Amino acid sequence: MKNLLNTTFSRRAFVFSALALSAVLMPGCANKDQAAGGDAGDKKPTIGFVQTGDLSDWRKAHTQSVKEAAEAAGYNLKFADGQAKLENQVKAVSSFISQGVDAIIIAPLEVSGWDNVLEKAKKRNIPVLILDRQVEVEDDSLYVTYIGADTYNEGILAAKWLVEKVDGKAKVVELQGSQGASPTINRRDSFLEVIKDHPGIEIIASQAADYELTKAKEVMEAILKAKGDEIEVVYAHNDYMALGAIQAIEEAGKKPGEDIIVLSIDGMKSAFEAMVAGKLNCTVECNPLQGPKAMEAIGKILAGETDGIPKKQMVLDKVFDQSNAAEEIGSRKY
Amino acid sequence: MTQDVNLKKNRLGWQPPPAFYALLGLAALLLVNWFCIPSFFEIQVRDGNFYGSLIDVFNRGAIGVLLAIGMTLVVATGGVDLSVGSVVAICGAVVAIVLTTTQFGIVVAIAAGLLAAVGAGAVNGILITWLRIEPIIATLVLMVSGRGIAKYIAGEQTVAVPPELASPTLDFLGNGHFLGLPFPITIAAVLFVVTLLVVRRTSVGLLVESVGANPSASRACGINDTVVKLTVYVFAGFCAGLAGIIDLANIGIADPTNAGALSELDAIFAVLVGGTALTGGRFSLTGAVIGALLLQTLMTTLYTWGVPSDVAPVPKAIVILLVCLLQSPTLRSWLERTLRGNRKMGSRQVEASS
Repeated sequence: MKNLLNTTFSRRAFVFSALALSAVLMPGCANKDQAAGGDAGDKKPTIGFVQTGDLSDWRKAHTQSVKEAAEAAGYNLKFADGQAKLENQVKAVSSFISQGVDAIIIAPLEVSGWDNVLEKAKKRNIPVLILDRQVEVEDDSLYVTYIGADTYNEGILAAKWLVEKVDGKAKVVELQGSQGASPTINRRDSFLEVIKDHPGIEIIASQAADYELTKAKEVMEAILKAKGDEIEVVYAHNDYMALGAIQAIEEAGKKPGEDIIVLSIDGMKSAFEAMVAGKLNCTVECNPLQGPKAMEAIGKILAGETDGIPKKQMVLDKVFDQSNAAEEIGSRKY
Repeated sequence: MTQDVNLKKNRLGWQPPPAFYALLGLAALLLVNWFCIPSFFEIQVRDGNFYGSLIDVFNRGAIGVLLAIGMTLVVATGGVDLSVGSVVAICGAVVAIVLTTTQFGIVVAIAAGLLAAVGAGAVNGILITWLRIEPIIATLVLMVSGRGIAKYIAGEQTVAVPPELASPTLDFLGNGHFLGLPFPITIAAVLFVVTLLVVRRTSVGLLVESVGANPSASRACGINDTVVKLTVYVFAGFCAGLAGIIDLANIGIADPTNAGALSELDAIFAVLVGGTALTGGRFSLTGAVIGALLLQTLMTTLYTWGVPSDVAPVPKAIVILLVCLLQSPTLRSWLERTLRGNRKMGSRQVEASS
């Protein structure tokens, strides 16, 4: 605060500070109209796509898949991303509506908050497709169909694989994702649902590591010290956390994949590499390549065949373990 | 260290060294652990290396200690550096990208990462000294934009360093052992000792303190406060760079979104808890290091107990508040009076004095 007393400098300091701050804050506002500037003379149908805007490899693959599928289907795709804010997503949808696009695809950040803007779309007769995560709206005719991964089923598949592998008896450490996120809740509840019928399987520690590798490693280190040799299985809500747990287990002088069974969800390429190396036992795929299926539905919608489309379409999840990882790894895109 | 252990008589009879309350907090926390989690103090030897919760504290705490050392000198000049967390991310991204996309090898990669970190510190220093921007604003710019820069460098994704590129050098920096202890501990310890020697055995510490206590007076004495300030920000950048390399080496992945996130605040906490005032002037490096270890002990304790990581910041905040309360002279003299009043004059005086 001493500089502020020095009046000759303070004014200059203020101007510079303001300039610097605005330079930092500006990019945040600039992107919402990215989708504007359409080419009106184009005869190709125009699809508006609103993405969440986080940086994970999974999300990257998801965006890529939608873009490629749109190009293959001959659509003109306008892309907007919410930069992890629901408000930005709603604004982007409004802007697509006022531009009069032919259809809108939304990968919503949150389940609620969509009624008003979807009603606007309905009034303008613009069909809406919900991708990846679900929305809760009072009138479900506001969107045509939902396409996404079944995060509840993923937990069931993981638990079933485990039950078979350990013959119904194991002491499990659970590494949870971010608290309150729908995949975390689903992957936890469904896992518990299955092991309820197998009293031999017991969760001895359960902690959140926020889908992060570093945090998972640190949490796992602490659990290893507290529970020591009791731990037989680690169930991680995503691959990154499983990779962190594997590092911690190795540093404790044990062999992940042998001394401690590790299973996870997502099916990223790095998880396949870990399975081939024998360190990860199983991953349940949560497929981000939803683009082709979305474009197929868009094709039907634009052709007016909306009646044949189911309200909810789940992308199939597959289970991969060390027995089939090696042959699959080459075809992994993400 | 003479300033650190400068015992002065005051109204309360004894003025403890700055690091005293951080030490007290650390001791209290360890005492709780002694009774609640006896396994916390177990140290085994596995594969010829030490293994146990306490080792984890020092190992995971190394990053916090590095950041706290850099932050102490910045705070001592009356400034603050909010950008160190982002610099951690930038440095990690640079090292990972140079390693994976070029043929230059690990030495050049690490040099490039440290250069980027030092450069970031220099930018902070120039904004603050030449353009006279308030430190909190100048470093806020890099705190916000730095993470964007790190993402841009990394190509908007996490960069995994394949094991064949990481070993042996990078792998050793993060996961190797020296004298049976994880190597990050050695890095932090060496930096601490060297900094302490330079600061306390030469006039550097005195220059930093005088610039922090009164910049105009020290200018009048012929101290070049611009150079002193520039140096401490560059040094803070260098410390953040080292932390970034350890972070990358530890997990083998540069994650521009999460690397070092919010660690600048932990570093500031560590410095304050360690007895250095935000107003600048006198500082205690030892205190900051103990403060950083206190925070890490707390986190490791919470994980060992099984407190969910999204709830963990609450007990952390409580401990920080308690240590700050202990440091408050107002509260201490009030307690003193209350206790004395209780003994001599009964409870009516207590109410009056509160």
